[in-house]
Amino acid sequence: MISTYNAGLFAEIGILILGALSVYVILSTGQLSLGNAGFMGIGAYQTSFLTVEAGLPITLALLVSAIGCAALGFLVGFPALRLRGIYLAIATLGFGEMVRSLFLNLDRLGGAGGYHGMKSISGVYIWSWTLGILVAIMLLERSRLWLEFRAVHDDETAAGLVGLNATAIKVGAFGLGAGIAGIAGGLFAHHYLYIEPGNFGFERSIEFVLAAILGGSTVAPGAVVGAGLLVLLPEWLRFLADWRLAAFGALLVLMLLIRRQGILDRTTFSRLGLRRRAA
Amino acid sequence: MNGADPLLRLSGVTKHFGGIIALANVSCSVPRGRIVGVIGPNGAGKTTVFNIITGAYSATAGTVMLDGQPIQDLKPHQIARRGIARTFQNIRLFASMTVWDHLLVAQPHRGSALRLALPASWADPDALQQAEKVLVFFGLEAHRDRLAKSLPYGIQRKVEIARAVTAGPKLLLLDEPVAGMNEQESDDLRDLLFRLNRDGLSVLLIEHDMPFVMQVCDYLYVFDFGAVIAEGHPDLVRRNPVVLDAYLGQEG
Repeated sequence: MISTYNAGLFAEIGILILGALSVYVILSTGQLSLGNAGFMGIGAYQTSFLTVEAGLPITLALLVSAIGCAALGFLVGFPALRLRGIYLAIATLGFGEMVRSLFLNLDRLGGAGGYHGMKSISGVYIWSWTLGILVAIMLLERSRLWLEFRAVHDDETAAGLVGLNATAIKVGAFGLGAGIAGIAGGLFAHHYLYIEPGNFGFERSIEFVLAAILGGSTVAPGAVVGAGLLVLLPEWLRFLADWRLAAFGALLVLMLLIRRQGILDRTTFSRLGLRRRAA
Repeated sequence: MNGADPLLRLSGVTKHFGGIIALANVSCSVPRGRIVGVIGPNGAGKTTVFNIITGAYSATAGTVMLDGQPIQDLKPHQIARRGIARTFQNIRLFASMTVWDHLLVAQPHRGSALRLALPASWADPDALQQAEKVLVFFGLEAHRDRLAKSLPYGIQRKVEIARAVTAGPKLLLLDEPVAGMNEQESDDLRDLLFRLNRDGLSVLLIEHDMPFVMQVCDYLYVFDFGAVIAEGHPDLVRRNPVVLDAYLGQEG
């Protein structure tokens, strides 16, 4: 049996992978979102409301919340189309903070006092979602739709001129990413059994981006490696006592200096693929 | 050219950039099944014409008709799906993609959205078949899984044209296709163009390489200062004193 503590880390990694995947999908079209914790927060509150107040089973509540978040992602995606690069990042960051303060002022959902009453879910349940979504994205990566995402990422103008609707692709990716973040939120709420607006602030969005980029932002399994490292590295560094967070930061910087593309990239994958074929 | 029912017809197309007149009342057309050339000095407005046809720029005035339908108000991706594909003066390939990816991504959608979102190898055999056909046609089999941008220049040009052709266009716009190519590559491209043309593809091309233009084009438009200053069969255009003065004379 694994200890409660390790089970907690296990669940935390599963949720962070989903957060990183939500950033990854949007990033694959060349858009950086720093507001995915906002979608996660909406997913968390919405799912909790549906299970606690409406009595919906958790799986159904998660699906409804994912659709709700995706729809909201489309809406946020449209104004975001006018912005690129750093400006888009700042706008999405603004969206995330807006959501946080919205929940702070929503007394019906507990306001600053937070919301509770959810029933606990198991780590295995969390990981079923994580693996299901991971596999779905890995299948999507082999589709023509994903090539269209990458075309928009590489050269939006040329993509338009070969017949791709860059607007639809970018908004679609935003919606998909928001939906995944919403599921991460619903799972988070039912794992910790108590949520407050502070759970879904700017730091959480940064954590998602960090996991996606650290693990490798050109392949979906990069999110797994990135999330795993972000959760486990500070644990492994415990022997450094007070210095562990500083050492953690230094390791991150070092890692990005050595491998800017992240730990996994497409080349690693094709090499692994070749070896397997040769074996 | 005043043939009946051309594939593409531009009428009175004008384009202003602020106070600068890039194109002034340009009318020209591409008949079905022909290879038409656009020549002229740098800054004459040749690429601007391409950008207006493909919707990258909107014209200040005038109309662009494809198959008798106005297309000047459509978005670039809609125009591409109506059957106009193009290449660029400075090659624009997708940096993260292999040659094979390029041949898949430019194809129009067939069937349901699900078909598009599932792995192409299960869900979309037609797309694979089309990509394979174009790969072989262009003789790119050996480069299939290479990153397109890592290939030699002449091959990158070929990949860009192959990407345009894989969409199954009616009209292909080529912006200086043989620029930077050696003689062998340029001859290969000429033969490819003839084969594509024989299969029914119409072509409009901008080119500075006069021997190439003379060999492949059925008809020429000569641009200078944003206007058509001469047009006609390449042999006639070559002897036109206005053209010699404005353009060809500079080279000779």
